[in-house]
Amino acid sequence: MDVFDKLQLLTNSAKYDVACTSSGVDRKGTGAGIGNAEGCGICHSFSADGRCISLLKVLMSNACVYDCKYCVNRSSNDIKRTSFTPRELADLTVNFYRRNYIEGLFLSSAVVKNPDYTCERMIEVLRILRTEYRFQGYIHAKAIPGADSALLTRLGYLADRMSVNIELPSRQSLERLAPDKSKASILRPMGLLTERIAENRQDMVVYNHAQKFAPAGQSTQMIVGATPETDYTIINLSAALYKKYGLKRVFYSAYIPVSDNPALPSVDTKPPLLREHRLYQADWLLRFYGFDASELLDQEHQNFNPYIDPKCNWAVNHMDIFPLEVNRAPKELLLRVPGIGLKNTERILTARRVSKLDFTALKKIGVVLKRAQYFITCDGRMAEGLKITPDSVMRSLISENRQEQLMREQNVQMSLFDNTITRGDVVKCLSGQM
Amino acid sequence: MFERADVVYVFDGSYEGLLCCVFESYARKETPRDVVPELDEQLTFYERRYVSTDETKAGRVERGIIKAARTEAAETGRLFYLTCCQEKGITFLLYAQICLTYGAKTHLMITDDTIKKVREAVSHLTREAHQLKGFVRFSVNGSAMTSIIEPKNFVLPLLREYFCNRYRNEAFLIYDKAHKAALIYSSGESDIIPVEDFEEPETEDDEERFRELWRLFYNTVAIEERENPRCRMSHMQKRYWEHMTEMRCTQESGVRNQGLVTGRGGLHGGKKTEKTARREARVCDLSCVQYADG
Repeated sequence: MDVFDKLQLLTNSAKYDVACTSSGVDRKGTGAGIGNAEGCGICHSFSADGRCISLLKVLMSNACVYDCKYCVNRSSNDIKRTSFTPRELADLTVNFYRRNYIEGLFLSSAVVKNPDYTCERMIEVLRILRTEYRFQGYIHAKAIPGADSALLTRLGYLADRMSVNIELPSRQSLERLAPDKSKASILRPMGLLTERIAENRQDMVVYNHAQKFAPAGQSTQMIVGATPETDYTIINLSAALYKKYGLKRVFYSAYIPVSDNPALPSVDTKPPLLREHRLYQADWLLRFYGFDASELLDQEHQNFNPYIDPKCNWAVNHMDIFPLEVNRAPKELLLRVPGIGLKNTERILTARRVSKLDFTALKKIGVVLKRAQYFITCDGRMAEGLKITPDSVMRSLISENRQEQLMREQNVQMSLFDNTITRGDVVKCLSGQM
Repeated sequence: MFERADVVYVFDGSYEGLLCCVFESYARKETPRDVVPELDEQLTFYERRYVSTDETKAGRVERGIIKAARTEAAETGRLFYLTCCQEKGITFLLYAQICLTYGAKTHLMITDDTIKKVREAVSHLTREAHQLKGFVRFSVNGSAMTSIIEPKNFVLPLLREYFCNRYRNEAFLIYDKAHKAALIYSSGESDIIPVEDFEEPETEDDEERFRELWRLFYNTVAIEERENPRCRMSHMQKRYWEHMTEMRCTQESGVRNQGLVTGRGGLHGGKKTEKTARREARVCDLSCVQYADG
């Protein structure tokens, strides 16, 4: 098999992993060799599905001994098997990198023979890159669950980011679909990485030349829609991972049917892309907007509203704190207004130091007034001519794509009330109490 | 600020020239109707006054801006000069006046029209430079690497440090076709020089092989069930495609909507693309295969 065939097979096997970011480490290149790394990450291309291509994302090998039912590379699946030699892969990476096709390598692997052997092969690729080519670009390596901790540690010193995929968000689902993995076997390497990263950060302070261990931290991925877990379970798990394991990112991957196993959704199921999108929105709220998982969903509301985003959803359920006075509201509350994001919040805080803000000023700042107007006042006044009717509120809070969907599904016009409606009605309607 | 005078300042097109226009406006206590570079021969009803460039005057203005409104303000001005903003001259002059009048407060005046215009133009510039850090494609020919870009803003000064550091032990050239300039780097020295025209040298076999491998990877990594051409287009605008290896294969055969095409081993997906586009894509696909094998 030549490199072309290998590349095609092993890319096909790796493409369902969603993480392709090259962020988290800012490194100037020095001395011999090639490469550097930019803190914010760089996208080098976008594939036909609109996802960013930043790293050469391939498997070392797809000859897996495990039989996880949701995975294309499961041992019972009848596909061609192949492996890169470490040299082949390192050469390919450097040649792609020179032409500026990629920011670095994303290396994962099926479990060949056993976890330790697999891990050793991966280490060899990274060793060639880092020591022979003096490659200073980005490397994301998968920690293979079950591999010896000394090997994982070695991998961590060569890579920028490490990740262990949780894949299925609950123990029961793991038992059912991934008989060779257990919750413990996934959490153990994750815990190990967290520990090493923390130790290393301390070493960095103490010793001038301490070698860096996974400077871009660790991340993980969960498959959404293959198993019956609700958004509530998933988002709580994410919140716990951010807090307890100090993860940099949790990725969500809409399940794409790859097997007609009766335990899984049927092969013609469409991937739940909207659900994935809502989870990402909620994830951002957790990491940057100061939201707590318990504020977004609860026992009664286990899933996100498909029509409006989690932030809007929270806002219409907490109308008691709105409208906010833009000229006085504190940062934490401004961040909670639909239509005002991180950048706009900063700009509002800066701009209001010199002059009072009105709606025109907000527009210049970049606030999406279409959404924000229902939740704010400027100098005590609401936006001029603002009519709160269910039609108008719905139209402004639901994105255009969703509106079409709503119309199709309900096959009715959007006026849900008689002519006499109050603001309270609108809120109730949107928050699902009516 | 000063009253509007019915005059248009003409400068030599350089950054220093622009600073001298600011000096001129202060010397005469007037704000011109427009500030245009020499080469711009637009008809105007107003008197055209040539402002000659003087290093000392330019230095005084820049130091003045730094003193009044800190280095960031001057840095923003410098970046603004590189943008493709319409009415760049007069906007720069107004911006400088604001800096000199309001000092450090300039940074808080987010809602001012001029400041907004400058901010948006600069962020357009920096965004384009950031995108190009990823979208630049080098061809390796022997020991030299070459690349062509066609940006809207003059981004080469913003790419200089990044690429020189990244490929510090290589020799490379990035040709900006739109601004007829090139960033050249070899053995630790870099320069940005005007270049009238540049043609890519003939490619070698090895280069062609890696291009094919990259196209193969690009086409394989997309997930068919998630195809989303609009999303791709908004992240990677079509104006970049012409100079990107992975997008060129299909472009050359004139396909508008590239569907999901594997570089090798046939075609799958591309449900939504038009029939003709598919046929053409297949033709292109075959040519890739021939390349790869031979």
